[in-house]
Amino acid sequence: MEEYIIEMLHITKIFPGIIANDDITLQLRKGEIHALLGENGAGKSTLMSVLFGLYKAEQGEIRKNGNVVRINTPNDANSLGIGMVHQHFKLVEIFTVLQNIILGVEPSQYGFLKKQEARKKLLALSEKYGLKVDPDALIEDISVGMQQRVEILKMLYRENEILIFDEPTAVLTPQEINDLISIMKGFAAEGKSILFISHKLNEIMAVADRCTVLRKGKCIGTVNIKDTTKEELSRMMVGRDVTFRVEKEPPVLGETVLNIEQLTVPSKIHKKKNAVHDVSLEVRSGEIVCLAGIDGNGQSEFVQALTGLTGFSKGTITLCGQDITKSSIRKRSKAGMSHIPEDRHKHGLVLDYSLEKNLVLQRYWQKEFQAAGFIKRRAVRKYAEKLIRQFDVRSGEGPVTIARSMSGGNQQKAIVAREIDKEHKLLVAVQPTRGLDVGAIEYIHKQLVARRDAGTAILLVSLELDEVMDVSDRILVIYEGKIVAELDPKTTTAEELGLYMAGAKKNTEKEAV
Amino acid sequence: MRFDWNFDFKRLLPRKGLSALAASVMAIVIGLIFGYFVMLVAYPENAWQGLKCILTCGYSVNENIDIFNKNIANTFFYAIPIMMTGLAVGFAFKMGLFNIGASGQFTAGLYCAIYAGFMWQDMLPPSIHWILCILMGMLGGMIWGLIPGLFKALLNVNEVITSIMFNYIGMYLVNMLVMNNGSMYDAVRTRTRYLPVSAQIPAYGETHTSLNISLFFVVGFAIFLYIILQYTTFGYELKATGFNKYASEYAGMKGKKNMILTMVIAGAFAGLGGAFSILAPSTIPGSSMTYEPIEVIASQGFNGIAVALLGNCHPLAILFSGTFISYIQRGGTVANLIGYKPEIIDVVIGIIIYFSAFAMLMNTTAINGLHTLYQRIQNKIKRTTPPVEITKEEEANQ
Repeated sequence: MEEYIIEMLHITKIFPGIIANDDITLQLRKGEIHALLGENGAGKSTLMSVLFGLYKAEQGEIRKNGNVVRINTPNDANSLGIGMVHQHFKLVEIFTVLQNIILGVEPSQYGFLKKQEARKKLLALSEKYGLKVDPDALIEDISVGMQQRVEILKMLYRENEILIFDEPTAVLTPQEINDLISIMKGFAAEGKSILFISHKLNEIMAVADRCTVLRKGKCIGTVNIKDTTKEELSRMMVGRDVTFRVEKEPPVLGETVLNIEQLTVPSKIHKKKNAVHDVSLEVRSGEIVCLAGIDGNGQSEFVQALTGLTGFSKGTITLCGQDITKSSIRKRSKAGMSHIPEDRHKHGLVLDYSLEKNLVLQRYWQKEFQAAGFIKRRAVRKYAEKLIRQFDVRSGEGPVTIARSMSGGNQQKAIVAREIDKEHKLLVAVQPTRGLDVGAIEYIHKQLVARRDAGTAILLVSLELDEVMDVSDRILVIYEGKIVAELDPKTTTAEELGLYMAGAKKNTEKEAV
Repeated sequence: MRFDWNFDFKRLLPRKGLSALAASVMAIVIGLIFGYFVMLVAYPENAWQGLKCILTCGYSVNENIDIFNKNIANTFFYAIPIMMTGLAVGFAFKMGLFNIGASGQFTAGLYCAIYAGFMWQDMLPPSIHWILCILMGMLGGMIWGLIPGLFKALLNVNEVITSIMFNYIGMYLVNMLVMNNGSMYDAVRTRTRYLPVSAQIPAYGETHTSLNISLFFVVGFAIFLYIILQYTTFGYELKATGFNKYASEYAGMKGKKNMILTMVIAGAFAGLGGAFSILAPSTIPGSSMTYEPIEVIASQGFNGIAVALLGNCHPLAILFSGTFISYIQRGGTVANLIGYKPEIIDVVIGIIIYFSAFAMLMNTTAINGLHTLYQRIQNKIKRTTPPVEITKEEEANQ
């Protein structure tokens, strides 16, 4: 009999209409890093939520050190030594680091906080694990990587010995990812047990000891990382072979489609600062230009100004020779701009509308779909059915499915279908594969390359290094609102790109060297 | 006999319309139960009698057939203004605007209608005078809806605040204008004079009630709104904006224009409600409905919120919820006879609004719970019934 610190045995969790976890067994050894791999909607988060006491499973049991335990609330999980770093951090933005860390377990005497004691403990922990933080900095002022450290310290402060990381690398730079990996290994060496949720195979190969793969709510198996390959893992996860390399021909460049001159966008938070500063670029027909950078370096503001969602203080935008600097969103769309937005729930979809209504969101006003102000429902239905078939958008009830009930990947596919099928010359795709699994990523990359080959100019904004390196024909690195480098993906390494993205290197310096 | 265990529970219950209906019915039942308890506390001996009264007096007090008809007719008559304000609130709500100013729009419409009724009676042939009055009422409501709409769209001032202020401004302004106008105001009776007959909406059949043909207009307007919301690009944009204003902006919809237009249309409906209520024919020949300039905001506007919520903002459902609210209000006035103040009905309505606001939520949870329970039972039965028997039966059937 092997010794397990945590066992989740035959867990079944049913949501109305879907079985999110179907008889899943996960066994975590003491001192190991155990990866949980699966596509979006495979049930990883549900399983972890069951372990963390956010959901209650219909069937199955959880054992700690062989004894059955009941976890009904996150507090129960905490008292069993289970801690979790959520994908979206749960921090109070206007509190300091220290305040956040002691939140919920405040050391107090006669109702007064004993902050000094907490500070001492925090500093000791931060020293011990090399997790440097400033206890008095406000959360809203520190970087995302730093916020993650706070989350990790929060678990350590509570003396948790089972640590759950929910997609921890999604927001980090390559350098920060390396740091995190070594920190995680340090924890494991010390006897802490780690559950690591991810769908990035490279990281799993680099850090994990064992890996449990879920697919469509079912447990496919648990493998030793030593004895497996990336290809095998991805086959287990998707159920078929996946190509990692995006296959594409060299670009055939056409005329300039988009030309931006000295675009400057004021920051929303700091009134006096500029979020985007004097950015000039051009995108030609038949190429994919990638705007690469770490989240929060002005990409969002840049795209919003380009697509007309916000105003800007300076600069001109020309699309196909037409000045659209001051045009409305509808006019930009008519001029040939398609936009896959960064936030599919906020901008991309009306979640309470049916799929078919969402598929005509950019076109409902066209002659094809309306006559005298009345929507041609039959035409909409027919068009939706065509797109659904062509782009393989899966949903419960076809065109009439409410968008909210669809999985993230299929929601994204619906947006991609809508924007690609609309007549356009420029496609602005912002993180089109965010949060998607390898199967869907592969598909969307193929679509982007196909559009490129058909002569569309594509401006891709991405935070994913792999995506930047694989898909683009030209890379522009944005750092603190400025373009700091123009790179050719064929002659650049991911490490070099990472340095530019982190602001450690600039083109001017390179020239000086 | 073999029961089809693969029967899909989900397909039957949480259909949107059905679920909304269930929510409203639930809110009504809870509201009545609470109302019963309030009556128990207030006047225990007659509580049951009181509840019965609320539930049944809307259509009958005694066996007298005339009164039976009168009550039915009155239920519809008093439903007209609150259906209109209900449509005004519900329509704006679809756009994500909370039009709490239906009262002010109602009052503004009412004033414009009687102004046209008193001042312009010689300008037009009597046969169309009342039509002009109705249209004026609509215009008054539109203006009173337009202003909060402009504030919201152009200056981003919360429509709730502006429209509440405009409820007061409307009420005081109308009172002032009415009292300063000698040809409208009867200072001795502290109310408006009787409107000329030409300004009154033609009665519908019955002469002993004030029910008039405007009921058909209301039904027409509700269908009109339904068509707008369901079949037009304007309705598509409007609902998209209501659901997700960022996505509608992203899709290039003109949110500001739509916002103003929605408030104007909502105002028009509330204003029409005001016109319909004041222009109704009187049961006593030679008289008419009158307006008393008292310093109270018209209750029809707030009842409209109840009607809209209870009808889940669906234009056709609002016809029914408006009738229902009016119906129990009739019952409430009769409850007076057995010792209850008619305010009891406002308590019941208040509770109904309260519950219809979150009954939707409870309802979904309840159905989800039911569904899970059902699946569990299903699982257990699957496990306990040997599958062999079923196959045997199947073979026997074949």
